[in-house]
Parts: sequence; C-alpha cells; structure tokens
Amino acid sequence: MVKVTYVAHDGTRTELEGDPGDSVMSLAIANGLDGIVGECGGSMMCATCHCYVDDDWQAATGARMDGEEDMLESAVCEVTGRSRLSCQITLSEALDGLVVHLPEEQV
Amino acid sequence: MTLIEGHKPIIPAGGVAVWDVDPYHTAILRDPLDYYAELRAQGDLAYIPRYSVLAVGRYEITRKVFSDHENFVSSRGVGLNDFKLEDPWRPPSIILEVDQPDHTRTRKVMSRALSPKVVKGFAELFHETADRLVDDLLERGTIEAVTDFAEAFPTTVFPKAVGMTDVNPRHLVDYGAMVFNAVGPDNALRREAMRHAGEIVPWINAACARDRLSGDGLGAMVYASAQDGTLTEAEAGMLVRSFLSAGVDTTVTGIGNALWCLSQNPGQWEALKADPTLIRPAFEEVLRYTSPVHTFGRTAGRDTEIAGFPVEEGSKVLCVLGAANMDPEKWGDPEVFRVDRKPVGHVAFGAGIHGCVGQNIARGELEAVLGALIRKVDRIEPTGDAVWRPNNAIRALDRLPITLIPN
Repeated sequence: MVKVTYVAHDGTRTELEGDPGDSVMSLAIANGLDGIVGECGGSMMCATCHCYVDDDWQAATGARMDGEEDMLESAVCEVTGRSRLSCQITLSEALDGLVVHLPEEQV
Repeated sequence: MTLIEGHKPIIPAGGVAVWDVDPYHTAILRDPLDYYAELRAQGDLAYIPRYSVLAVGRYEITRKVFSDHENFVSSRGVGLNDFKLEDPWRPPSIILEVDQPDHTRTRKVMSRALSPKVVKGFAELFHETADRLVDDLLERGTIEAVTDFAEAFPTTVFPKAVGMTDVNPRHLVDYGAMVFNAVGPDNALRREAMRHAGEIVPWINAACARDRLSGDGLGAMVYASAQDGTLTEAEAGMLVRSFLSAGVDTTVTGIGNALWCLSQNPGQWEALKADPTLIRPAFEEVLRYTSPVHTFGRTAGRDTEIAGFPVEEGSKVLCVLGAANMDPEKWGDPEVFRVDRKPVGHVAFGAGIHGCVGQNIARGELEAVLGALIRKVDRIEPTGDAVWRPNNAIRALDRLPITLIPN
C-alpha cells in the first residue's frame, strides 16, 4: 500500500491508501475526496486535478510529463513550480507517504 | 491469405469464449443493452467468428486494452480494416489513426487548440446561441428534437468556432456519419453512408484549406503550428479535417441523447433544475448511460495477451465502450440514470493517450445547452416514440418528438 496525504486549501488533511499503479487523481476520486475533480478521467485533457506537490516530495515525483505544462495553463488557480496534474503522478512504493496540497478551486 | 473485412483472420486461443453474434446487426445497434450484457457474460474476452475478431466489454479489461497503446495500436485503423494490409477509404487521420511518436506531435497541437482555456473563450457564443435556439423552440412547442435541436446547435456554433467560411450543415452531419460507419464491416449501413462520399469528401477537403478559414478560429490556430514548423501545411489541413470528422456528429449525438435521457427521466430533470451545479456531472452521466461512441477497435501490434489469453499479432479487438459503461461490477446500478452520479472514469471519451481531444468543447456546448434549458424550460415531455438510427460506431437518435413547456 502507498499512503498519500491530501492537504485541502483550508488545511484539512486526508490520508488515503492506494496501490502502486494508481494515480494520485484516481485514488482521490475512488474515495470521493473533495478538491479533485478529474473531469477527463486521466487523459490529460482538462486541468481539474491540479495539485501542488509538497517540497519534500519534489524529487520523488519527478518532472512534469510531456504535454502536462500546456494543460496546466488551463488551471483556474495559480500555477507554481510545484504544480502538477495529479493524474500524471503514478503511485509506487517510492512515493509512500507522499503529501500533496490542493488548490482552492478546480473549475 | 483471404482477408475478412480487410483484416487477417485469427484462431482464438484455447479457452476464449466463442460467441456467434453480429454486433453490427441493426436490431443490436438500435437497442444494444442485451448485447452489452451478453458480451460481459462471455468473460473478459470473447471471439466473434462472423468477423474473426476479439471483443471486450467488461469495464476493467476494456479500459485496459483501449488505453494500452503499446500493444494495441491505432495506426492500423480503429475499425475492422487493417490499414497495414489494405488501403483505407481515405488517407488515415494523423491523430486518430497513428501511434507514438508521430501521434504525440499532432496531439499536442490539437490539445492546445482545444484546451479548457480556449473553450472558455467560446462560452459567450455557445450560451447566446443556446438561449436563442431554446427561445425559438419554445415558441414552436412540439419539436422533432434531433433535427430542430440536436443538429441545429452544433452545426451553428462549431463551424464558427473552427472559423469555417463554407457552410453546409447537412454535409457536416453526413460526413461524421460516414466516418463512423466506416469503422464497421462492409454492411448496408456503411455502403449507404459511403454512397454520398463522392459529393461530400471533396467539399470537406476544400473547406479545410487555409484560405477558406477565418484568422481567429481553431482552424487558424492549427495552421499557426504549420508556420512555426511543428506541422507541414498539408498536416495542418488534415488536422482541420479531424475537427469536422469528429466534432459535429458526435456532439449532435450528445445533445440528442441528453434530451432523450431527460425526457425519459422527469425526476432527474427536476433534480437538475433544482441544482444547476449538476449540469456538468449530468452530461457525464448522459455519456456513461448512452455511450455516443459505442465501439472502437484496436489492432494487436505484436503477439501479446488479454486477461491471460494469448493474442496474436494482427488481431482486431473490438472495445465495446457502451458495454463497459454499463458494467454493474463498476457502476453498481448502471441501468439507473442519475444526474448526481459523477461517473469519473467512464470510457465514453475513450481513455489514455487517444482519449477524445475535443472533450472540452463537447462539455462547453452541452453546458450551454443544458443551462439554457433549465433556465427557460419547465418540462420536457415525450410526444411519441424515440427512434434510434443504427450506425456502426455511434449510438444516435434518428427522431425524438418532444414538447418543451416553458417556465
């Protein structure tokens, strides 16, 4: 199991457990977490699963995927150096304990 | 080797269910629910001898195969014909019928042109057009919603969004029907649709030329990529053609199917009116419940496997998206239409790198249409039987008689 902590805009922390191969987006959707919409289902066609990767996890989550940058331009909240589309972060044992922060809005 | 429907016949691996069915029989295309259920009951994989193809319809395996672009390629066509063995009826699409790395280049151009940000720029056009159309239709009261509403809206807004200067709504709708019927077998539906190719195809190709497009639409955005060297001029024209192949008939179907769902489920219509934040989720549920694109295929690019069964190179695999979207294992109560379901993960727009690149514009159009309806319309009442129009890949209505009753 891979533990992921989602920190909502108001500071609420939700800890979820997923399997390697799940995405940070799909784990949130499967558990009905508010704050991630994932409208396109993971095809990198919307920007409604925007998250900010915690500073401690930047290296482990790696660089943005090809095309992710373009789609992030459509995110409604501020895009920073820590911004990722959570559908493009695939869980693995190396990400056990991952912390992501959620924007105020997705749509 | 004698080909079957333009592809190599295969011998299925031992243990694969053999199911004698014609998925393209008009009775099934009109009312596919029993076929979907029987396909899922065959197991994770079935072999259909009539066309010598494999088929998947359970949710998990369908999603997996459909998005596994490494093993199941698109470049050999997403229908029954194997483009490696036979020339297709038109030059292959350079975004739909192509694999990585070529696909990545064209896909990027199209996803940039169709991003949520760009689509937001069309919101005013979509909303004003929808408001005006619904006002007109309310004056008439009883309408045939396929022609009067479902076709009228996209054929008004989409050519404007693309920046087309040539206008022929009939050609746009019929071209879509042709493209989608062409992914099926060489049956009466496909032959009938193709009968009009001689007239429509040259019109479509001419309408995609740079000098036939305005300077401020989606078409111009694609041609701008030819200027910066990402694409050739000819490739830009091909991508503009993709807008017309995939952007009209599909949204016509989406609107028709939405009106059908809401007219058949008055309780859900009331729920939507009571909570406008459900407009976007309601459209997702329409997509899940009706699967406007019911079936697309893939071709095994090498010897591989599906659910543990060996699959030989060149096998055609029907991915029955409609069956996956109705799988009770995934959805619990799939036969119930519920506007608040929020069915994230449905495969109506496909999945993975080939997921529908126009999905944002479809959502934008439907948001405008449903928004206008809930502001202006009290009830949507059926005034006769809905009639479905069989198509080898699209599940669309032929006629939908309804009455719109104003607030």
